[in-house]
Amino acid sequence: MSGRRIEHGGRVDRSRVIRFTFDGKTCSGFAGDTLASALLANGVRVFGRSFKYHRPRGVIAAGSEEPNALVTVIRDEARCAPNLRATQVELYDGLVARSQNRWPSLDFDVQAVNDLLSPLLPAAFYYKTFMWPRAAWHKLYEPLIRRAAGLGESPTLPDPDRYSQRFAHCDVLVVGAGPAGIAAALSASTSGARVMLCDEQPEFGGSLLDEPTATIDGKASGDWVRDSIATLRARANVTLLSRTTAFGYFPHNLLGLNERITEHLPAPSANMPRERLWQVRAARVVIATGSIERPLVFPGNDRPGVMLASAARTYLNRHGVAVGQNVVLVTGSDAAYSAALDLRVAGVRVALIADVRTDAAGAPLDTARQAGIEVVTGATVLGTRGRLGVREVTIGMLASGAVNDTRRVECDALLVSGGYTPSVHLFSQSRGKLEFNEARQAFLPSISAEPECSAGSCRGVDGYAEVLNDGARVGAESALAAGHSVAAQQYRVQSREFSMHGLPGVLPQANHLQPSRAFVDFQNDVTTKDLALAMSEGFESVEHIKRYTTTGMATDQGKTSNMNALAFVAGELGRAIPKVGLTTFRMPYTPITFGIFAGYDRGDLFDPVRPTPMHDWAVQQAAVFEDVGQWKRARYFPRPGEDMHAAVERECKAVRAGVGMFDASTLGKIEVVGPDAATFLSRMYVNGFATLAVGRSRYGILLRDDGFIYDDGVIARIAEDRFHVTTTTGGAARVFGMMEDYLQTEWPDVKCWLTSTTEQWCVIAVQGPRARDVLAPLVSDVDFSAAALPHLGVTQGRICGVPMRLFRMSFTGELGYEVNVPSDYGLAVWEAIHAAGQSHGITPYGTETMHVLRAEKGYIIVGQETDGTVTPDDAGLGWAIAKSKPDFVGKRSLARATMHAPDRKQLVGLLTADPRVVLDEGAQIVATRGQRAPMKMIGHVTSSYHSAVLGRSIALALVRGGRARIGETLYVPMPGGEIPVQVTATVFYDAEGARLHG
Amino acid sequence: MLLIQCPYCGLRPELEFAYAGQAHVARPADPSTTSPEQWAEFLYLRNNTRGIHAERWRHVRGCARFFNALRDTTTDHFLATYRAGEPMPAIQAVQQP
Amino acid sequence: MVDTAIRRTVGLPAAAWLEVVPSATRFILRGAAGARAAAGEGFGISFPETACRAATDGDRSALWLGPDEQLLLAPDGQVERIEASLAHALQGHAYSLVDVSHRQVGLSVHGPHAEPLLESQCPLPLNLRDFPVGMCTRTVFGKAEIVLWRPAEQLFRLEVWRSFSLYVVQLLHEVAREL
Repeated sequence: MSGRRIEHGGRVDRSRVIRFTFDGKTCSGFAGDTLASALLANGVRVFGRSFKYHRPRGVIAAGSEEPNALVTVIRDEARCAPNLRATQVELYDGLVARSQNRWPSLDFDVQAVNDLLSPLLPAAFYYKTFMWPRAAWHKLYEPLIRRAAGLGESPTLPDPDRYSQRFAHCDVLVVGAGPAGIAAALSASTSGARVMLCDEQPEFGGSLLDEPTATIDGKASGDWVRDSIATLRARANVTLLSRTTAFGYFPHNLLGLNERITEHLPAPSANMPRERLWQVRAARVVIATGSIERPLVFPGNDRPGVMLASAARTYLNRHGVAVGQNVVLVTGSDAAYSAALDLRVAGVRVALIADVRTDAAGAPLDTARQAGIEVVTGATVLGTRGRLGVREVTIGMLASGAVNDTRRVECDALLVSGGYTPSVHLFSQSRGKLEFNEARQAFLPSISAEPECSAGSCRGVDGYAEVLNDGARVGAESALAAGHSVAAQQYRVQSREFSMHGLPGVLPQANHLQPSRAFVDFQNDVTTKDLALAMSEGFESVEHIKRYTTTGMATDQGKTSNMNALAFVAGELGRAIPKVGLTTFRMPYTPITFGIFAGYDRGDLFDPVRPTPMHDWAVQQAAVFEDVGQWKRARYFPRPGEDMHAAVERECKAVRAGVGMFDASTLGKIEVVGPDAATFLSRMYVNGFATLAVGRSRYGILLRDDGFIYDDGVIARIAEDRFHVTTTTGGAARVFGMMEDYLQTEWPDVKCWLTSTTEQWCVIAVQGPRARDVLAPLVSDVDFSAAALPHLGVTQGRICGVPMRLFRMSFTGELGYEVNVPSDYGLAVWEAIHAAGQSHGITPYGTETMHVLRAEKGYIIVGQETDGTVTPDDAGLGWAIAKSKPDFVGKRSLARATMHAPDRKQLVGLLTADPRVVLDEGAQIVATRGQRAPMKMIGHVTSSYHSAVLGRSIALALVRGGRARIGETLYVPMPGGEIPVQVTATVFYDAEGARLHG
Repeated sequence: MLLIQCPYCGLRPELEFAYAGQAHVARPADPSTTSPEQWAEFLYLRNNTRGIHAERWRHVRGCARFFNALRDTTTDHFLATYRAGEPMPAIQAVQQP
Repeated sequence: MVDTAIRRTVGLPAAAWLEVVPSATRFILRGAAGARAAAGEGFGISFPETACRAATDGDRSALWLGPDEQLLLAPDGQVERIEASLAHALQGHAYSLVDVSHRQVGLSVHGPHAEPLLESQCPLPLNLRDFPVGMCTRTVFGKAEIVLWRPAEQLFRLEVWRSFSLYVVQLLHEVAREL
């Protein structure tokens, strides 16, 4: 037992006792505790085992920078969050937490043997050792290593929680609600500017919450924080976000914030998301992220009980927990003296303050000595002892650069401080330039890349008065820059506070690089020996050393380790720190859940699902659907007992012998209107439209300027200056965009305009020899007899009393119509046609039957028969090209010699020797049998079906010089053997097209 | 997510825009008279600029207009946006101090 | 057997703050500035020349969607009447007038939560300074394209292509759970 709750003090609510379990053991704490503070109050020292060597580790920090105390918090089997920092886990009644990376228990971990084997486990050990045999990596080494060296385990069940995302905008976003951030938010918001203030902690105030000695404008620091936050909360133009981490800084002042909403609640409401992603666009950003104390690097510095001085002060002043009863402070900075002094006041014995600076002097030392604490200067730490926690520290005294005296001091907590590292993570993420400050021995923000400004100790400002006034000034300036004039307030502060300056790097040792290990990166178990090894192997760039040793690459991103590693490398290389350079700061600042990136995009809302007006009808008819882009299309309508093959066979026969109906609403539709509409379409499509008569339509092929097929459709002339253009379902948006591009940028003088009418019209295809008979009783106001409306005729009239555009067209090869009605009428008209067709045996059919029927006729589907390298001639559609036109999109490319090479891949039909064999779509085609891999492939199958009307399989294929091969036998090599196929023309059924005109 | 100044609608979020390639690549007035090399250059050859790049964007989920922009590819900062058909602004005239 | 087909809009779940706007007449008018001016006389509203602004008179509105694109809104059943009056007013002008009455669904989101509700999934700032009463624009809501119009301080009108309307309404309901 070393830590304990002191009698009074702290910000916890002692009237509310909270029970929780840690590794199955029931403990208690108070409201306002973190898991770390409560465990410390319960005397727990070992929080986890280290990543690589399984060394026992305690908590060293009190905030998000904590590298060691990672725990798993379990609500239920699916809600099991690993790798949470115990320092950030708020206590709630019934919280269940478990330590990680230990077996069977924290105090006795079998794999701690790794620690004894550590001479065998240096940096890059994995790369070097597990090279051979290669096959063993996946089967043996990787699973073993992953089991041995790991963090917590993720749950395997789907995440039942909700996650939310939202956009927000403000004039000034202040990141960090310590003294600088609060002062900035106060001054910026007096102006009326919209201000957002976020802080990762549950309580606003930052370091002021740990500071009992300061008064601001005559108020105790805690009262000032309370009153200031109340003032901000009362302002309508201020948004306060606690438990919210600004994790990423993106271009143009967009910041990602991660708000934790229910994580601290014992029984969260099902309506509330667990977390929320805020994407905040701010006119100005104030970065007030403070600074983080650095540990010292010395042998045995990872023993439980070794802790940052600032953390000890936080646990004391915020949580009322003394981290030890007999403590030693080793420091390279003045600021850490406050921790020893506060502990002394709380009745804790301070055995020694060992200042590593030979020239340390002044107020902090005098105050400590007056308090009866022994202070020595020019000290170093040579080692620590204690199996599961520090019991004793060996202090060495430096003289003329050598250790000439040692003493052992008993202690149950060893507080350390190397000074403070400004938190420049967000500034660096914003691409701002950092500059090394010699006096502060720290990198500080220098040149901004975004409209932001740092304030307070994250830019090296020291002292509460200076920090508050800096925050107020930056807040006011930021509001002004966002268009709101305001004067900055001046704060008066009285406090006992000491400088945060310090010394990065490794404490001096008697023997340079002695065997005992000094940890630099606690979370990834990287020691000074590992860094020295990397350098001895020739790595000099800090980016390379980082990757070779993994220092700074753990989930804490080196918040406590980077500067020490950098200073050590600089010292070894004999270079100045700025010459060695800094590794890049990357988002996220702290680990965040995948859930907030998914947000609402799951289940039904994963992507918009686009239903047609007849969707619900098809659902009632037990249709099987397929996704076509975002659309849901009925694929086939199985009757009880039918599989897809049987249903499609029946649907195909019905269309060929009687009549079928098909929902073609998803086809893209563009209304092209204006005096130059025909000119425009003639320039876009390979076909000519100048001579297309009103009331007629034409199959159109659209190329890109590279000469390859981009889309196809039917273009109908509704009036002299009005065309109804259809596109493929998937091509609707891109064809519209391409046409707009040419109109807006290449031919701005062409007078016609485009309007998407895809969803204005519901399209019902009625196909088959009885199609006219079905429609006749429903249609009015128009003559659509065979003579009045021949194939490819278009007319307007009414159906079921509502306006209709009626197209005589066929994608099946049968007599066919496409009935276009305004979408709200679609379902009613569909039902009316279905009812009227009953006496004719009308059969609803889906996209699968549509595919078979069109393949029987050799009609292509763009994207199936074409792949962006197919010309109209390749597809057998050369007849569609209006050769007399001076230009159309793609014409120049079609004139290239290679576009006419006889060995281009051309569309042909394939018939298998065995009519029962249906080829695989995508299967390759070769010219001769018996080839060995790699075979000479001359084409591939693009479409392949069983044809009901032919009673055999059919296929379409792209084959080199295919049309010249008609009649030849080719081979489709498959795992079961080569399938012989005969090359045929593309039309398998009704080659003369008589049925169209039925 | 960038902020882009649409010449018609003002400053708007990137989510509303679509990138549309290098700007000022005019389609030859009479493609039939171009040499194969000229046509290939028009079709396929584009700059890969490090620095200030003239490019097209479309405010597809806004006013739907294509327009041109000068963007510094090293910083993602837009130096200017201007309507299709307008000449490219002199770069010095718009550079930030 | 000619019957009259019933107009059926998609069945969307409403809420106290969300209503599906009754069926309406809608046109997209495209053309040069001269045509716009003439069309305004025919439609009875002088069309907004300012980007992203709507003009309303009585039960008719014109929304600026682009420099040559206006969305015209009128009560249901006025397609032929408006086509005729605009054709008359626009004689001699080049223009395009296309009926899109059934292409999209109108949604009305109103009340004190309307702004935060919509702003959560729309990347535009919707406070009154940046999105004042009378502003309209195409934009996105979640993964769907919408036209967003603010006829009054606490009233937004969304025009959504019909196949996206269920997605938009579901997403609105999902976000509203948190309010």
